[in-house]
Amino acid sequence: MMIYPAIHYTMGGLWVDYNLMSTIPGLFVLGEANFSDHGSNRLGASALMQGLADGYFVIPYTIGGYLAGTVLPEVNEAHPAFEDSTKLVNEGIDKLLSIKGDRTVDDFHKELGHILWEYGGMSRNEIGMLKAKELIPELREQFWENVMVTGSPGEFNQTLERAGRVADFLEFSELLVEDGVSREESCGCHFNEAFQTEEHEAQRDDDSCSYVAAWEFRGTGKAPALHKEPLVFENVELAQRSYK
Amino acid sequence: MSENINLTLKVWRQNGPDDKGHLGTYKAKDISTDMSFLEMLDVVNEQLTVEGKDPIAFDHDCREGICGMCGTVVNGLAHGPEPATTLCQLHMRHFKDGDTIVIEPWRARPFKIIRDLVVDRSSFDDIIQAGGYVSVNTGQAPEANSIPISQEKAELAMDAAACIGCGACAAACPNASAMLFVSAKISQLALLPQGRPEAARRALGMAKAMDECGFGNCSNERECEAVCPKEIKITNIARFNREFLKASFVSPQA
Repeated sequence: MMIYPAIHYTMGGLWVDYNLMSTIPGLFVLGEANFSDHGSNRLGASALMQGLADGYFVIPYTIGGYLAGTVLPEVNEAHPAFEDSTKLVNEGIDKLLSIKGDRTVDDFHKELGHILWEYGGMSRNEIGMLKAKELIPELREQFWENVMVTGSPGEFNQTLERAGRVADFLEFSELLVEDGVSREESCGCHFNEAFQTEEHEAQRDDDSCSYVAAWEFRGTGKAPALHKEPLVFENVELAQRSYK
Repeated sequence: MSENINLTLKVWRQNGPDDKGHLGTYKAKDISTDMSFLEMLDVVNEQLTVEGKDPIAFDHDCREGICGMCGTVVNGLAHGPEPATTLCQLHMRHFKDGDTIVIEPWRARPFKIIRDLVVDRSSFDDIIQAGGYVSVNTGQAPEANSIPISQEKAELAMDAAACIGCGACAAACPNASAMLFVSAKISQLALLPQGRPEAARRALGMAKAMDECGFGNCSNERECEAVCPKEIKITNIARFNREFLKASFVSPQA
């Protein structure tokens, strides 16, 4: 077996409040789909830990409060929001199947992976990340002009499923790089080569970077908006990481 | 040492549950022996897509042997020739240049074919919903030492809990019995004090659901144990039978 160091996880997730509710009222996000428990690093086996903590200990106390204070009217498939999203999804599917290009979904996926591996990976620098910020939108445009998706929409179609995922990855990886550029420090798994101690440890900037970045999606290809949520530590003192 | 090999694949192709289906023949060229079996299928699918043909549908998710999504019958053996190995962890170094590999989906009446090698395993969910859980109070972390469990019991429960619900046991059984799966799920709870209050209801409910799904009964062929990627022992089936008998005699629900 060939062994090499690799990224095993991207930290973060959907923003939630202390009750685990997202910015959409009534939509609660549990486990590692939310951002709440991990910082800029993530420990192994934490999926179980956060699944248990959120599902076993937190949500039983918080969802009741929401349900008690909310009137939930009857909703059916004729609701305009349902119709809008069905239309949106169907348009996306039809678009993917109508392109009939000559590059496979996996081919795009691999190139995107290569860009992130080279310029947005375990060790990053500003020049590389800015290059990735140029390359990813170019690749996204090529994808929507030249992707080859086989089969039809009504059937069990794994190629179509993968195409939808890669379309999402193309949007999200741009944000991943954007976030990396904006944070002018090294912290946890975000290792910007320009910010390191003499021992090559991550050099944080707690004065100006001690915040959670909540990015607001403003549409594909448009700059996302950064909302900062300050991190306040009352019982622990921030210290320099050292594995010595 | 890594080398590249050429293979002939005979793969079950079926467009849906009502389609007749057939074995399609494909060439897998220049396959690195470092690849996993699923990576080999990825390469073949990429080639089929470029040729404008339908890629082979197959299930997979974690590709590290812990999720239970993958699995096909390879040369007559569920999950292929290596013992205690899921299909995703089977590597191409176990095959030789020029080999012909026959790849078929799980075969058991309750596992309807969705497409090609993908089967519907929601019958396993139905069985779990019939009792494969414990009711506990949520909200507070229980005191860790309030319920002592012997090391021996804990180990046996953990061994049973290793079942990933892939369905290889039912696919390998000549009776298409799901007893190994059900017995693992019964055992992991029956062995622990937390599982005792609902033990009778669980044994009766899960056995009934298993029968209703259309799985056959156990006749001690031990094919399930031989193919199980998590090495679940058929002693669990004995425990399931004891739980079921006990519940049948004493439970008012029987």
